[in-house]
Amino acid sequence: MTYAIKVNKNTHSVDVDGDTPLLWVLRDVLGMTGTKFGCGMALCGACTVHVDGVATRSCITPIDSIGTSEITTIEGIGATAAGAKIQKAWLDREVVQCGYCQSGQIMSASALLASNPHPTDADIDDAMSGNICRCGTYVRIREALKQAAQSTGQGG
Amino acid sequence: MILDHRASPTLGSDRSSSLDGLSRRRFVQAGAAAGGGLMLSLNLPFAHGAAEAAEAAGFAPNAFIRIDVDGQIVLTMPYVEMGQGTYTSIPMLIAEELEVDLKQVQLEHAPPNEKLYGNPLLGGIQATGNSNAMRASWQPLRQAGATARTMLVSAAAKRWNVDPASCHAQSGEVRHAPTGRRTKYGELAADAARMPVPDNVALKRPEDFKLIGTPAKRLDTPAKVNGTAVYGIDVRPPGVKIATLAQSPVFGGRVKSVDDAAAKAVKGVRQIVRLDDAVAVVADHMGAAKKGLAGLKIEWDDGPHAKLNTDDIVGELEQATLNPGAVAQNIGNVEQAMAGAVTKVDATYQVPFLAHATMEPMNCTVHVRRDGCEVWVGNQVLARAQATAAQTTGLPLDKVVVHNHLIGGGFGRRLEVDGITRAVEIAKHVDGPVKVVWTREEDIQHDMYRPCFFDRLFAGLDEKGKPVAWNHRFAGSSIIARWAPPLFNNGVDPDTTEGAIDLVYALPNMHVEYLRVEPRGIPTAFWRSVGPSHNVFVTESFMDELAAAAKQDAVAYRLALLEKTPRAKAVLALATEKAGWGQPLPQRVGRGVSVQFVFATYMAQVAEVEVSKDGAVRVRRVVCAVDCGTVVNPDTVQAQIQSAINFGITAALHGEITLKDGRVEQANFDTYQMLRINEAPAIEVHIVQSREPPGGMGEAGTSAIVPAVTNAIFAATGKRLRKLPIDTSALKQPA
Repeated sequence: MTYAIKVNKNTHSVDVDGDTPLLWVLRDVLGMTGTKFGCGMALCGACTVHVDGVATRSCITPIDSIGTSEITTIEGIGATAAGAKIQKAWLDREVVQCGYCQSGQIMSASALLASNPHPTDADIDDAMSGNICRCGTYVRIREALKQAAQSTGQGG
Repeated sequence: MILDHRASPTLGSDRSSSLDGLSRRRFVQAGAAAGGGLMLSLNLPFAHGAAEAAEAAGFAPNAFIRIDVDGQIVLTMPYVEMGQGTYTSIPMLIAEELEVDLKQVQLEHAPPNEKLYGNPLLGGIQATGNSNAMRASWQPLRQAGATARTMLVSAAAKRWNVDPASCHAQSGEVRHAPTGRRTKYGELAADAARMPVPDNVALKRPEDFKLIGTPAKRLDTPAKVNGTAVYGIDVRPPGVKIATLAQSPVFGGRVKSVDDAAAKAVKGVRQIVRLDDAVAVVADHMGAAKKGLAGLKIEWDDGPHAKLNTDDIVGELEQATLNPGAVAQNIGNVEQAMAGAVTKVDATYQVPFLAHATMEPMNCTVHVRRDGCEVWVGNQVLARAQATAAQTTGLPLDKVVVHNHLIGGGFGRRLEVDGITRAVEIAKHVDGPVKVVWTREEDIQHDMYRPCFFDRLFAGLDEKGKPVAWNHRFAGSSIIARWAPPLFNNGVDPDTTEGAIDLVYALPNMHVEYLRVEPRGIPTAFWRSVGPSHNVFVTESFMDELAAAAKQDAVAYRLALLEKTPRAKAVLALATEKAGWGQPLPQRVGRGVSVQFVFATYMAQVAEVEVSKDGAVRVRRVVCAVDCGTVVNPDTVQAQIQSAINFGITAALHGEITLKDGRVEQANFDTYQMLRINEAPAIEVHIVQSREPPGGMGEAGTSAIVPAVTNAIFAATGKRLRKLPIDTSALKQPA
């Protein structure tokens, strides 16, 4: 069946089974490989995208559940205010190591910051504990999130 | 940052005549590069006394620096980036000596060629591992940079007809201060190529370093925060199909029968490939491939390991340690010393099999054609990748092209090529390119695992509590014996024993034996910090036991044994001071310490751990002091330690792979758990200033944290944990 989905403000038409996870539509059908596969069971967060601004695990989100929702991926997150701040903070704090999980980390962090400009440590734990980083960059993820939140506070 | 995977640089008119006059000690050659620039070829010196043999075999360069006529500096090097910062720290060495900005150095990854790019610290195998990229490069790459600088200065001096000593290099130019003349390197490169290669070049003094020792921004980061970085799993050659697979759930089993009717009916499924011990579903996208895989009905012949359980393997190891093993180290006379000991302590320890669980699951893309084979993969051993593709296809080596990509986590997993072999086996049946992607379940259940070990120790203390005898015997798999057989000698190898021998402590009588016992039905492989990941847990826990038996403070006890290893003593003193060792803590909170010398780096850690009433363990804070010699990129050192600590805590708290009826019981991140941000401790890293050569940084933090945590649990609860992972049920507070 054919589905029209809106990704980063562009509409794409894809012909796949309705139960196909959004992750594979993005990566294999549309060629947007910034969103990563980690577990296929919403256990690691590597595949996180935004569906209408909400952090969502694309590996268990069937394409037929998307409807007219707006999908934002790592390729488009820099165009949002929160996403741009998070990306900058990630660079400033040198968060990244192997980097494979970082698309998902950035998507979760951007969603947090957009909905909560001044997250506490507990808020960060809640929003980010679904994202595994095998390189263990957690110390810097926390620092970078706080830096991005500070820049929000300064009127940004 | 530009990564270029072009073919090996060709030496335009390498002045081979100069080979005859080569000093035996010289490991840099120079000549003209194709295109008119200056080309330097380096021979990274071999370690472990193999230097003479290597030199006798003639000059064999394995890294190249090219200065193009447009001023671009290109480094071709054999190491791969997997998050450890190598793509940044190695170019820093060249940039420092060449007096150029770091961003002027462009990196080309070396294509597979074991003869050219073999890693001298890994027995000449083209590999990135064992935390040694910086250790192997430190001297020769700076020397090459200095050689190029000297030749550029000579070329300028000759052009200006002035004394080279009156010229100097700065900011990518040679300058003559007295006359104010200056010329860019690019304009001098062709002339420099005709200059004699200096026999001796002066390396910059540490106090003159501009880059080394300063935090440099990682060059690979920007692409990793905007989704454009290309990992192996991201490649998309035109027409590529996606495959996923089921391999025999029992190692050594075979496919008995396959009913693929339901799989073939899935929209987007193109083909089912049946191999001897695996079945793959080839589809338009991974969603269809996974759905097809779920629809397969496969009957397996489980083979000889059908009834194997982990307890059987541990039992065999335990049994093995009742007999003598190969002697890994002997100092003094343990037997005699034991006879005179006042206190005797003995213990057994055990560590489990561990999976790597790299965030990027195993994958490999292959296109097999009748006359050639192309492979796209992120791997730590490119020459082996090429060799297995050649062997599996039956093609000559030169018909196999391997494109290397960023690695989404290595930790030793990608020092193996089993996934590449498998992908080529599948691709042989597929018309066009196919990307074989393992599900997470397949990745965890068909890993090659950090071996399980069983250890038996005893020690004797004198009347003051000092250890007068130390005896350690352990059994388990040797990765080296399979992976680099020449390094396995007389029953021992340098990796499996690292952290068990050459301890930092003054132990007058010490005896260490190793028994190589390869487990049945489960493959083993390197895993971050390898030998030390097992040995340091055992030795530093046992040292803690000795301190407790002597009724002494764990730090004071260790310090008294470190008189002959001042660098170890210094890191221990620093870590404990910064951690506030000895300051009071609440009930069921404790501090534990460890100190080690592995990967040529001294490190001490203090973990502060809280044990709840129900036995749950939380590592609250870790303080690490490190002396890794000269620090090239301090930010990378800090990042690697933070990373390694979280990696080690994951293993200590959660990590265990078990077999039941030959099958790995863990499958995904619900049953094989990773440390998450809410469990991650605050980490402080204190770096000791040093001018010693750099030590390895990628792994040391992992081995040091584990005993620091278990020792802290002992301090908090009085329970000594001798088996990993931590058994929280043993830590419950009695009602």
